[in-house]
Parts: sequence; structure tokens; C-alpha cells
Amino acid sequence: MSHYLVKRVLMMLLTLWIIVTLTFSLMHAIPGDPFASESDQLPEQILANLRAKYNLDEPLPVQYVLYLKNLVMLDLGPSIKSDTRGVNDMIADGFSASATLGAQAIVIAIFFGITFGIIAALNRNKWLDYAAMAIAVLGIAIPSFIMAPLLINFFAIKFPIFPVATWGTWMHTVLPSLALAFGPLAIITRYMRASMIEVMNQNYIRTAEAKGVPTLALVVKHGIRNAILPVVTFLGPLIASLITGTFVVEKIFAVPGIGKYFVDGIFNRDYPVILGTTIFYSSILIVTIFLIDLAYTLIDPRIKLTNKEG
Amino acid sequence: MEKHLLTIDNLKVNFKTYGGEVQAVRGVSFHVDKGETLAIVGESGCGKSVTAQAIMGLIPNPPGRIVDGKIVFEGSDITHLTKKEWMQIRGSKIGMVFQDPMTALNPTMKVGTQIVEGFIRNHQVTREEAQKRAIEMLRLVGIPDPEKRVDQYPHQFSGGMRQRVVIAIALACQPQLVIADEPTTALDVTIQAQILDLLRRLQEEQELSVVIITHDLGVVSEIAHRMVVMYAGIVVETGTVEDVFAAPRHPYTWGLMRSLPRIDGEEKQRLVPIDGTPPDLFNPPKGCPFAARCDYAMEICNQQMPEISTFEPGHQAACWLHDPRAPRIEELVAAGRQGE
Amino acid sequence: MAMEQRIDPLFRPLSKQSEAHDISMRPSLTNVQQVVRKLVKNKLAMLGLAIILLLVVMAIIGPHLVPYSASDQSLLTKNKPVSAEHWFGTDDLGRDMFARTWAGARISLTIGVVAALIDLIIGVTVGGIAGYMAGRGKRGERIDTIIMRVIEVLYGLPYLLVVILLMVVMEPGMLTIIIALSATGWTGMARLVRGQILQLKNQEFILASQVLGAKFSRILFKHLIPNTIGVIIVNLTFTIPSAIFAESFLSFLGLGVQAPDASWGTMTNDAMGVILTGDWWRLFFPGLMISLTMFAFNVFGDGLQDALDPRLRE
Repeated sequence: MSHYLVKRVLMMLLTLWIIVTLTFSLMHAIPGDPFASESDQLPEQILANLRAKYNLDEPLPVQYVLYLKNLVMLDLGPSIKSDTRGVNDMIADGFSASATLGAQAIVIAIFFGITFGIIAALNRNKWLDYAAMAIAVLGIAIPSFIMAPLLINFFAIKFPIFPVATWGTWMHTVLPSLALAFGPLAIITRYMRASMIEVMNQNYIRTAEAKGVPTLALVVKHGIRNAILPVVTFLGPLIASLITGTFVVEKIFAVPGIGKYFVDGIFNRDYPVILGTTIFYSSILIVTIFLIDLAYTLIDPRIKLTNKEG
Repeated sequence: MEKHLLTIDNLKVNFKTYGGEVQAVRGVSFHVDKGETLAIVGESGCGKSVTAQAIMGLIPNPPGRIVDGKIVFEGSDITHLTKKEWMQIRGSKIGMVFQDPMTALNPTMKVGTQIVEGFIRNHQVTREEAQKRAIEMLRLVGIPDPEKRVDQYPHQFSGGMRQRVVIAIALACQPQLVIADEPTTALDVTIQAQILDLLRRLQEEQELSVVIITHDLGVVSEIAHRMVVMYAGIVVETGTVEDVFAAPRHPYTWGLMRSLPRIDGEEKQRLVPIDGTPPDLFNPPKGCPFAARCDYAMEICNQQMPEISTFEPGHQAACWLHDPRAPRIEELVAAGRQGE
Repeated sequence: MAMEQRIDPLFRPLSKQSEAHDISMRPSLTNVQQVVRKLVKNKLAMLGLAIILLLVVMAIIGPHLVPYSASDQSLLTKNKPVSAEHWFGTDDLGRDMFARTWAGARISLTIGVVAALIDLIIGVTVGGIAGYMAGRGKRGERIDTIIMRVIEVLYGLPYLLVVILLMVVMEPGMLTIIIALSATGWTGMARLVRGQILQLKNQEFILASQVLGAKFSRILFKHLIPNTIGVIIVNLTFTIPSAIFAESFLSFLGLGVQAPDASWGTMTNDAMGVILTGDWWRLFFPGLMISLTMFAFNVFGDGLQDALDPRLRE
């Protein structure tokens, strides 16, 4: 077990390091310097100071090492466009909003996705199945940046139930979370349905039925328990798409989250911000995937043993 | 009046499929008494498994349904029960052992839990008492070290062990009748012998009635008291195992016996298979379904379903050859050979 | 064969019977025919296919169906709603939305298909080599392991993030977008192909042909590839919409094709400013097209997958 753990942690660090290096190289592969746009506005001396402040006058490998050093101490550096806040500040700032949004979206997607999937599987080819599948298809076909304006149009303008945008009360979080959750919800629904159908066709369901287990217990204890396993393995990639979804949703709904800083950073070509937030997101993703995989080995009794022996 | 534990009376089961309605079981009748083992023998598709499922009320509906006939168990008609009524019977009165032990167990549930799941439902017991019972059952079916095994998962058991667990599950609530659907087909021959021994022992100890479904005559001779031979949805021969093996009366049974190698036979034997394939059950023939493959078929065999003739008490066969108007067998064989 | 007694005609013996009641011998179809038949029966999948074809046709002839071009600006006809002259309305620079939508179709669909095809080529090659090499001695094993490690790491990188980063660095344009999309997109295909080849290699029919003396290239072409093509095609039907989605996503962040070219993604982005003021057609048409494309490819891909699933064969 520990052998496996160590291997995984090393892989994680390796991937993270590759991301850092890749992003760093990319950011510095662009000819010219980030202050080019301001070179006509600021006197040369100040520009030189700026460059020195950001270590831009050092040779590239040195910049790299300096960056890594700071990284290990969890310092993501200053922003180029903003004087007052460094990247760490931005992340801290936007964290609560993004985290709330993300968490709510995940909960909605998982809860409803699994529920719809089960309902669809147990009512195969009847209207409940078609309804659930229709929702799933919509969720897969309609990207979040189109779903978001649609939701705004219907639930904030035509029927003014929710506020249009910005952040503040719980009501503000509903539409953005829905827009973000829709895609993952759709995928989970489909997956869960397929898994449930396959499980309910297994022989051990027959065995349980033959010993008199009532339908509810059959579905829950024997069906869902086994059907949910493949869906768990799928959560990792889902979280990745959720993260990229936040960029869009935060922008459209004007949510003061990290995504906003990230998107602004892209527009402004603010490289430290881009670099920093990318690393932040990637770390979260990689750690989350690791935790999910770990959880899976604990849930599935068949995996547990292999680890013990291996 | 009801002296039999289980009576099947003219059972007919149909399945709706894309291609039409399949008549899987077409008027099957037999009975099982207390303390005896009845074997239902036949090839794939003859309707033996469907009959077994019907007894337990496990015919999936849709697409299947019992269209005619009666099933009487312990004096009550159980042909058309509600789901709730079935839960009183399944497990506690009738248990079932399924064919493939590798897939018959829930992979994410401990073996002990699976064994006593039905037991807990029917009796008010504490966790410890249930656990004790699970261990007892494991011991009963011959699994070594049951205290440790009871908390393990199915993948930690071998195929033969798993089948023992399946048997334990079937017996956990002490049913009167156990239906075993090809319980040894998926196992090695040596394990097969062990399982059959186990079944025989359990039957004697617990005074069980067993219905064992198989296509293997060797299994029949090992463990059954009486046997029913099925073909294409009907019963073609019934009788005690001794009677039928000693003097089979139906051409299909002859074919089955002939296709077995005999340990006491001559040095050079040829295994003689039965030519041809079973009939299409979408559109079953109106006469005897075996006529197309039968070496001794006559005109009437294609026209009408054969009537049942009785030989020794309890030994019956459905074949026109036993009608007094039929020519004797030797002449038929000669006529058949002419065509060769 | 003289009989002494008269035999009831009903009891006259028959000669060996014809197979009147035997299970009907259905003509067995080739694999491809079976798959196509199954696919055609799936109405939803056929709907998806129809939509795809319709979109492609419209992408080709659409802009020619109206007298306007996609880039003619006219302040007079700014922001006009759907009408007889402008079937899809106009945008804020007076350009006809109908023409623009189909011109955008060309760009979006081209990017999607080309990126997916590049993914396919790279993925099949890499996956094929890895699969082929595995099990061919120590050298082969090592090559396979290296390739797998690389794929694992690349797979672990969040795809869209990488694409975004690449686009930040390169000048946005059709070519660079395609490059960014396929830079790491091929890993999915590679994994699938490798997995399929490994699975097939272990199957007994391969062993059987080897025993019968078939050369490896023959095994490759006659057995491995036809069985893998199914998986490849299904994956293709899913990577195309994924690429189109990624492209729209990029456009949304300002990293997509640049003016005057417009893809559906850039058109959606342009429309963001007016979603509150009610010029619904600005967002509706490109949004609808993107959604339709995603829907159609997904549904067709599903149908294809079901049709190819050996377990569901009749």
C-alpha cells in the first residue's frame, strides 16, 4: 500500500513540476517583454527598475530557479499589471467565491446526476428515462457559456427570481452554480444510468431476488452500491472540466473568484498571474484526483486486497 | 389430497420477443415429494430453466408470463402471487442455487452478510446472533475456518467455495425445497463431485427436497431419486432414475443414453450424437417436437402430440411408439435403415 | 419388407425428415453489414447523422443563399431582428447573421475536424507503436513503458488549461488553434489504440494465426486493424465535438480566431454584451449551432458505439 502511495505522490510532484516548467517556458517564449506596451509611456529608467524588480534582466535559467525557489515557499510572485496585489493576494481574494461556486456545482452535479441516472435506469424506456436522458443530452450539447446567458434570460430577466449577476447572498450563487453544474450533471447521469443498467442485469441481483430481498433493498444495497463504483473513477476528469468551467461562469456572472483574475490575466498578458493561477489550479486538480483514487481503493473491496498483497 | 410437496400441472410459459412469441414451456407436469431429489434433464433451450424460474416466480414480466397451468406448493396455489407474497416464500420456503458461482455473489458485500440477509429480514435477531448463524451456515456447507471467512468478500473465494456459499445462502432460512439450476456446470469435475456430495448430505440431514436442473446424466445418476426428461418445452419421460436408466422408453432418452460413454462398455465405442437441432419455438410443430430428429418417427408423430403411456408405477413416456397400433421397434429400425 | 398385419396409415414409418421445423437458418451478415444495420435502426443516431450532414451542406452553400456576404458592414441595418431580408437578423455592425453563421460554420467545423484528424494520426501512430512494441522483447517493453509514461503525464495535465496557455503564447489564428488543440489531444486516442491492440494481441485468434504461420504484418492488417478501426472511429466522433467546444471556449476568452474571421465561438462572445438588452438572435443562432453540433456528434457517436458493441450483437 505504501509503495503505491509513494509512487503516486512522486507522479504528482513530477506532473506538477512539468506544468510549472512548461508554463514558465511558454510565458517566456514570447519575444519582447511584458512592458513593451508601456515603453512609450514610461521613462527608460523606470522601465529598467521594473524589469529588475521582476528579475527580467537575469538570464532565463536564473529566473527559472528563482521562480522555483519562490514556489517552494508558496510565493507565486507579484502581478505585472497590478501594483497593489501579488498573485497570492489575488488567489486568496477570489478563493472563497470560487470555492463556494465549485463546491455547490459539484454537489448539484453529483447528487442530481446520480439520482437521475438511477431513475432513468430503473424506468428504462419509459417517460422518466426519456426525460432524464433529454436533460443529459442538453447538458452535454449546450456549453456552459451558452447555458449561462440562457439561465440569466429565463430566471433573472423573464421571470425575475434570481439576481442577474454579481455575488452576495445565497440567491446570487444559484444561477452560476447551475450553469457550472449542468455539463458534469449530464455526464454523471449518463454514466450512472449505464452502470446501473449493467449492474441490475448481473446474476447476483437474481440471487438476491431469489432469497426474497425486497425491491428497495435490491436497488440500494445491491444495485447502487456496485453501480456507483465506475462513476467514482470518472470524477477526476469531471473536476478538471469543472475548473475550466469556472472561468466562463465567473466572467459571465461577474463572480469575484479566481477565474476572474485568471481571465483578466489572459487578456492583459499578465504572465505571473497566468503562471500562478495555472499552477494553483493544477495543484488542486492533481491533489483532488489523487484523493479520489485513494477513496476508490477504500470503497471497492476488490482493490483493497490487491494493494495489501502488492 | 395434496401429498406432494410441489406439483406442476400443465405449466405453459410464453416470452414476447422481437421475433414474436416464444413458447418456452408447453404443458409441463410433474411433482416433487418431501425428502426426494428430482432431476430435470434436457438440452439447452428445452425449457428446464424457465420451469425452475416459474416455480420461484422469477420469470421477468415483461417479456415472459405464465399463460396456463398451476403450480401448487405445500397445498397452496403459487402460480400468480404478488411481489409481497413472494417475499414470504422466497428464501424461507423455497431456495434457489444458481449456475455460475463467479457472478452469483455481490462483489461488494461480505459473504456473511449475504448469507443472512434473508434471515435477518424474517427473524428478529441481534447482530451477533446473525453473525453466528452465518458462521454456522458456512460450517454446514463445509467451508473451513468459517469464523474468518464470514467477513471476507466473494473474490477471496475459489469457484467451488463460492458455490458452497451460494448453497449456504439458499439454505439460510431453512426452506423446504431447494431448486438448483445447473449448480455444477461451471465447475471442475472434482469440485463437481464435492458439491454433489454436499447436496446429497444436506438433503439427508435437513430432509430437503431438491429439484436439480442439469443436462448431465452423470449428475442425475449421482444424486437424483427421480427424473424428468424435457425436450422443446414438454416432458417426454418421467420416472425413477433406476427405471429410466434401466429401460428408457422415449427415443430422445435413448439418444441421450447412447451419447454417453460407458465405463462398462466394449473396448471400441462410438459416441453417437443425436443428429439435427431442436425445433423453432416461435412456431412449434403441432406434433411431437422430437419427430424431426427421431429415427423411429411415424406419420402420426407429425400430426398429433403423443399421448402418455405408463410403464412401471411412476414411469411414463410420451411417445407414439407405445401406442398399440404402432409397429414394433425392430421393424421401424429396419425401415429406417432402408433409407440409409 | 412384407407386413403381415395392416398398419394404420398414421403409424407408417417416415424416412429421415427434412428440416421443416428447424430453427430458420438466417443468412449471416458480414460484420460491417450487421453494424450498419444496427446503426440505421437507431433513430436518434440517424437524427444526429442527418444534422451533421445538414450542417456540412449549409456550411458549403449557406453563405451563397443570401445576397449579403459575411463581412459587409452597414450602419443602416445595425441590430435588426429576424426578418424576411435577414433570416437570422444582423449584428451590431450591420452584418447579416445568416451569412456569418454559415461562414462561421466553415471555420468551426474545419477546426474541429482537422484537429480531430491530427489527433487521430498522431494517436494511432503512437498508440500503435506502443501496443506493437509491448511484448516484443525487452527493448520493445521499454519503448512501450516510455511512451506510456509520457502519455500518463500529458493525460494528467488539464487539457483546456494547456490549450489556453499555448494560445496565450502563440498568435491566435486558425492554424495555431489547431496546433494547440492537437498538441495534447492525441493522448486519448493513443491510449485507446494501445489498449485495444494489447487486448487483441492476447486473444486466441491471434495466437491461432501465429500458430498457423501468418506473418505479423498479415496479422496486423487482417485482424488487429479492422478490430481497432471501430474504436478509432467512435473516438473520432467524440473528439470532433470536443475540439469544436474547445475552440468556442477559446474564442470566448478572446483567444480564438481573430476578426474579420468569425467562428461560432467568437460570434457567441460578441453577443455576450447584448444578452441583457434583448437582441436574442445574436446569441441564439451561433449558440444553437454549437449545441446542435455537439448534440449530433455525441448522439451519433453513441449510436456507433452501441452498434459496434459485440455484446449487443443479435
